[in-house]
Order: sequence, then C-alpha cells, then structure tokens
Amino acid sequence: MTTDKIVRVANAQGFWGDSLLGPLRLVEEGPVEYLTFDYLAEITMSIMQKQKMKDPSAGYARDFVSMLGKILPACKAKGIKVIANAGGVNPQACMDAIEAVMQQTGMAGMTLAIVEGDDILGDIDELVASGESFANLDSGEPLSTVRERVTSANVYIGAAPIVEALEQGADIIVTGRASDPSLVLAPLIYEFGWSMQDYDKMAAGTVMGHIVECGPQCTGGNYSSWRQVEDFAKIGYPIVEASADGSFVITKHEGTGGLVSVETVTSQVLYELGDPKNYLSPDCIADFTTIQMEQAGDNRVAISGIKGRPPTPSYKVSMSYANGYKILGTLCISGPDAEEKAHVLADMVWQRTAMHGYDIPEADRFLELFGTSVLYKGLVPAPEQPAEIMMRIGARGDDAKALNSMGTELAPLITSGPPGVTGFAGGRPRAAEVVGYWPALIDKTKINTHVTVKEL
Amino acid sequence: MARVQLAEIAIARSGDKGDSSNIGVMAKSAALYTFLEQTLTAAVVKDFFKEICFGKVTRYELPNLNALNFILEDSLGGGGTETLITDAQGKVHGPGLLHLALDVPDELLL
Repeated sequence: MTTDKIVRVANAQGFWGDSLLGPLRLVEEGPVEYLTFDYLAEITMSIMQKQKMKDPSAGYARDFVSMLGKILPACKAKGIKVIANAGGVNPQACMDAIEAVMQQTGMAGMTLAIVEGDDILGDIDELVASGESFANLDSGEPLSTVRERVTSANVYIGAAPIVEALEQGADIIVTGRASDPSLVLAPLIYEFGWSMQDYDKMAAGTVMGHIVECGPQCTGGNYSSWRQVEDFAKIGYPIVEASADGSFVITKHEGTGGLVSVETVTSQVLYELGDPKNYLSPDCIADFTTIQMEQAGDNRVAISGIKGRPPTPSYKVSMSYANGYKILGTLCISGPDAEEKAHVLADMVWQRTAMHGYDIPEADRFLELFGTSVLYKGLVPAPEQPAEIMMRIGARGDDAKALNSMGTELAPLITSGPPGVTGFAGGRPRAAEVVGYWPALIDKTKINTHVTVKEL
Repeated sequence: MARVQLAEIAIARSGDKGDSSNIGVMAKSAALYTFLEQTLTAAVVKDFFKEICFGKVTRYELPNLNALNFILEDSLGGGGTETLITDAQGKVHGPGLLHLALDVPDELLL
C-alpha cells in the first residue's frame, strides 16, 4: 500500500504580493495535503529588517497572517499543513501574530512551529573573526567594501529543520530565509521517510520545489504560446503529486484555468536557471539534464529520472546594504517630434537642477523613452515617428537632496517647455533608498538552526 | 530553406540572476532542437543582444528537454534593486529573442 501513496504539495504564493486568491482556491477547489508559501526575495529581507528596526513586533509578511486567518478553518477540517518562509527577519513575532489571529477567530487544537537560525546580522563580525570572508560571490569584492552599510544578512537554510518541525507534530511552520525548494522537499522527506543522503530523492524534491516556486508560472502563466491557455483569470495554482520513488506529476485542480503541458512546465524548469548540471540547493546538487518529462493526461505532466549529488559544504548568504538613493519620474509626450521634444525636456531638468545648486553627473542620470523600442533595444526596429512617448527620467546618487531637487523640476516642464506634455500622475517623485544585494557563502558548520513548537 | 522567426519553432522564458539575465529556449521538436543546437550559438545570441547585453553570453544544453539555456552577463543595468531600467529582471529578454530570424530547412517546419 505504501508504494501507492501520493502526497500532494501545492504552492499558494509565488512571491510577496502574489494574488491572495491563490491559497483560498487551493484549499477549496480540490485535495491537497501541504500548502507552501514562498515570500522571500533578496530585497524582501532588507525591507523587513527596516520594519523591525522601527517596530520590534514587525519584520515578517503581515499579509500571510491575515491570509492564514481565512484558510485555517478549512486547513484544520481537511488536515492541510502549511509551510511558509513568511517569518522574514522575525519568525517569533509572526508566530505571536498567528496566535492572536487564532484567538480572535476561536481556532484551537493546532500546533505551530517556527524555524530560526538563518539571521546572522548580529554575528557578522564574530563570523569574520572565525575565518568567514563573505566575499561577494559575483564580483569577488571583500565584505569590508560595504560592511558598515549592511542592513540584513540571512542564510538560505535547507529542509532539515522543517522536517524536524513536522516530526514534532507541527501543522503550521513559519521559517525565516528557508530556500524556496526546501519548503516543498521537507514534507516529502517527512512523509516518505527519505534519507537526506539519498541525493536522487533530494534532487527530485528540489526540482519539484523549483517548478512550483513561482506559482502559476508553471501552469500557463507567462507562457510563449499564450493563446493555448484558457481562462487566465481562474488560472490554477500548481500542485505536485509526489510518489515515494521520487517521481511526480505536476497538475492543478480540476475546473481551474491555465494549462499544464510539457511546454508550460519546461518553461518554468528553465526559469532563473544557471548551469543545469549543477543546480545548487542547501540539500543537494540537482542535475537538470536528467529530468525526464511527458504528458500524462489533460493538465498532467509526469516527471522522473532525476539525479542528484551531495550538497556543497557551504550555505549561500544573502546580505543587503544601503547603496545610496534613486529617483524616478514619468511624463508623457505627444507627437509630432515626441522624441526630439523629450530630449529638450530632459536637458531642461538637468540644467534646472544645476541652477538649484546640484550638478548631477552624467553617469548618474537616467532617461528611458518608452515608444522608441526600449525593451527590445536593437532586437526590433524603433518606430520612425512615434505618436507618443513615455519619458522615464531619473537619477542615482548618494545625495537625496540633489535627487529631490531634480524631482521638483518635472511638473514645471508642462508649462515651461515644448507643447504636448501630459500624464503627470502620482505627484512629485521623491528619492528612495537603494538596497544593494551582496551574495556570499558560509561554512555550514557555523550555522545552528532551531525549531520552537507551540500548541494552541 | 525558409526565413522564420525563432517564435515559430521555439518557446522561451527569461529571468534574472543578479546583473545577468537567463533565457531558456525550448525547441518545438527534437529535430528542431538539433537544428537550434547547431545554429543558435552563444555568439549568435550575443550579437542579437549587443545593445542590451554588455558582457559574456554562455550557453548550456538540456537535450533531455529539447532546451538551451543562455546566460547574458551585464545585461540588466546593474541588477534588480540597483537599476532604474524598466525590465530590471530581464522578463522580456525571452520574448525578445523569439524575434530572431533564422533560415530553417523546410522539412523541419511544422
């Protein structure tokens, strides 16, 4: 009997800000055993760290908690477990907020768990002293270049602590910076009793996680042959039907929109992919050139054959740092001569900012003229005489005052420059902080994750 | 031979990795994959994207999926959070590559 066991894991959120209909529909429109929520991108941790500095009870995905309040009754009734990296830089506060929501709604009899230990912001100097260089993984630059400006530092942790939480009976698991595929792999290790040294299984679960991590991008969203896709508005969120041998089917609930085909799934396999033979996760190295895929019915794609190898001895670290400011404003310019007029208008902005006493160097200036083949620069010919242009004008720099001064000179263009300028919406733009991204590595033995369980 | 756009014989998806974009291309048949493996080289993609990509282009092969994966370095104006360009994540590099015109043998066209 156990060999026939299927575990259904669905991903309900592809990113922080994904449709709130995703989780509601997944729990209501068909069977699933696990719901994963993937919230964290590089920039997210930095935003959350800022929120926590202002308010010690903040720093996690707040909309996850309100969402959970809506789906918990169905989750409890159907035995659906929830795994979310919604804890951001403050999993404890997230757990407290979930507890409050459960009390408000009269929910009880569920076990919560948080996974911590990924946040190393307070330990950087000690870790550097112990021999960790945190050199930039892309550029090789030493951490000292940005050390004083680092605003968040989190380790991409793997499936092991999530499995530990499941073993302790958790129904809802909130993590910090757990890696996205590990959220899907963990319940399968738990359900099938997979050894974490069985690297083919680890790779299979990692590929499952990679395919579903962006939600409906594997069920027909963002697909080249989009005319084949039915009912985008009701597009089904992805479900993995996993088997004990590591083979699996990607599907979606019956009656939902979208399309699950070899092409829509392959599109997502290729998304944000580097070297396909060496897909690195905290749990293994997966070889994407071993993936075997075939259509196995309407909206069902069967995948098998995946090979894996032991993981590297390092975890990836994602740091963010303050990297000056940026400002951006938008104006629309009608033809004739829209492009020529746009350049006159842009020059006015730079000259007038200089008249305010701020000389923005040319290298820091930004101008993008939409309608002149901006997105496909050089790939398709630009129109000879666009009927209209959207001017996106802005700048980078360390001096927010200089940028804000520039921001004051956009609206006046409408009355002081060439004719045909409109669409100044959203008010005067303001300088915003730029979050720099600093990827690095850390020796795995330096990181201790821990699980805290609470019955409610 | 027929001059056709890549869109007729393949699908594509793109995304970001720091200041690099990646473009995954999947041929619509095994025969078309063999054709693209020979014709859609890193050099061809680099030349097509010369006004967008200012770094190296690397190609990886996934024959099991009839797919090629291209990494376009220095093609996002500094990367996700740093740049002001609209397509900071290279979301449209895939759809852009599908405009590439290729001479395809008639027997390979569907």
